[in-house]
Amino acid sequence: MNTLTRRLAAFPLVLLGVSSLVFMAIRLVPGDAITAMLGTEAGLLTPAQKQALAAYFGLDRPWIVQYGRWLWALLHGDLGISVTYGKPVLGVILARFPLTLELAVLSLLIALAIGVPAGVYAATRAEKGADLAVRVGAMIGQSTPSFVFGLLLIYLLSAGFGVLPAMGTFAPLWVDPLANLGQMILPALTLGAAFAASLTRIARSAMLDVLSEDYVRTARARGVPARQVIWRHALPNALIPVVTLSGIEFGYLLGGAVIVEQIYALPGLGRMVLDAILQRDYALVQGTVLFIAFNFMLVNLLVDLAYYGLDPRIRGRG
Amino acid sequence: MAFLRAIFRHPSGRIGAAIVLAYLALAGLGALGLTPHDPLVQHRLDRLHPPSATYWLGTDLFGRDITSRLMQGIGQSFRVAFLSVAVAAGIGTVLGLAAAWFGRIWDGALMRAMDILLAFPAILLAMLIVAVMGPGTQTSVLAIAFVYMPIFTRVVRGPALSLKTRNFVDAARSFGSSTVYILTRHLLLNIVAPLTVQVTLALAWALLTEAGLSFLGLGTQPPAPSLGVMLSDSRNLMETAPWLMIAPGLTIMGGILGFNLLGDALRDILDPKTRGRA
Repeated sequence: MNTLTRRLAAFPLVLLGVSSLVFMAIRLVPGDAITAMLGTEAGLLTPAQKQALAAYFGLDRPWIVQYGRWLWALLHGDLGISVTYGKPVLGVILARFPLTLELAVLSLLIALAIGVPAGVYAATRAEKGADLAVRVGAMIGQSTPSFVFGLLLIYLLSAGFGVLPAMGTFAPLWVDPLANLGQMILPALTLGAAFAASLTRIARSAMLDVLSEDYVRTARARGVPARQVIWRHALPNALIPVVTLSGIEFGYLLGGAVIVEQIYALPGLGRMVLDAILQRDYALVQGTVLFIAFNFMLVNLLVDLAYYGLDPRIRGRG
Repeated sequence: MAFLRAIFRHPSGRIGAAIVLAYLALAGLGALGLTPHDPLVQHRLDRLHPPSATYWLGTDLFGRDITSRLMQGIGQSFRVAFLSVAVAAGIGTVLGLAAAWFGRIWDGALMRAMDILLAFPAILLAMLIVAVMGPGTQTSVLAIAFVYMPIFTRVVRGPALSLKTRNFVDAARSFGSSTVYILTRHLLLNIVAPLTVQVTLALAWALLTEAGLSFLGLGTQPPAPSLGVMLSDSRNLMETAPWLMIAPGLTIMGGILGFNLLGDALRDILDPKTRGRA
């Protein structure tokens, strides 16, 4: 069995593991779901009414029965009903997902646009001043938490230019593209900066490896222009680690950026999970975490597939 | 000694070590109570006082001295970071060695379990653990340790697997060394280098996560000084009192930078193949 088939076979098993872990974890949270759902009004209910509600949501059954039911429904594409929204979980997730996806894509684009050229530039001037500057910048970028960078960005904009990022009502991309981009650009920049820093480092070190290979020297000896050697001959072979890292980071970003969404008041997946955990909305937490883990694993699988396209040498190994 | 000299000869090692030592000194002074002011005392007449000779980095909304709070906040962050990384490295190493040594079904089961943990984005898993156990310092330690443990397991398992098949392990076994002796003397001792690098980078990451959890209100609880909470509280006063945000922000960044630089230097020193690359 080759690696890829093995990865595909492990996929549903790991998902099953993730689902049971989440299922158990959320039920260990102190307090019961009915009380959390009704807040202060829970005190007004008679025990019989509470019992009826619990029965309605299936919360009165043993864990194993609840898990079995949930899994069975899941196989039919039903993630259950969120007690806080009173709507199907899948719908709630899909309503939030476009924002998270857009943010992840924008951050990825920003990171690639900065990271790859910076890394290549530094590698071609290894150990010179420019290389050092790029490395110091990347190191600082990688060490700056998104919440520190985000707050500094907001402060500098408001103190320096008197501009405040538009927060409050969120405008979806398809309703008002311009307003949407205005709201998304700072969060995307915040997430993209740290992402770009790690891409720069990895692109630089991969390029250094490739530039020291024989075929690059041969190309130079044959008189191929320096620019063409770097971009046409060397870069494609340095892309594998860049693609891996982009994939992992992108997979993380699809899980929602809790802290950045919090800072910029964006209604994304990350903040929804945080709220759902705090509200003990079992079905919503289970569904969202499973959704996030699924995306994360899917992206990683696609990255592995991309290797095959990028590097013919891997195909033979299997 | 030669090792320490190598760190100080490496440019980023020198800076990283200097930062980390400075932070440790500040945290030590904070722990001994040798702060400029009492970090919990509210100087009511000097609320939101800008940085000055009396209050070096200013005061917060309640008139508490920022410098003193930062010093104790660093201590709090470092305690959580060191404890959680110690737990993660300890359990992760034992699991990694066990997976490599016992092989077969143990290896498969352990590594699949680690795959499951790694399928969660880190902060999400940490949040879930905090939700189960309630916010606080101990929970932060456990959450960060739990999230980072699979990485240590992987870092240890790989080299342990290849060391296990080497001749000196066979030799040790044939003249009757105990399993524990082989595991610690022959396997573990040979993995110390990658483990050290990983520990340093994990410390940087643990500082980041501790600050992030506290920022979300899931970590250290007020009124105990915490860098993440200070940063989170500064948001509403950003325009009137920017020092409230800048001081803890740069402090968090500096600490992470220190460990990252040190980790890079250690990787260069311990693994000559990557010298000057990363």
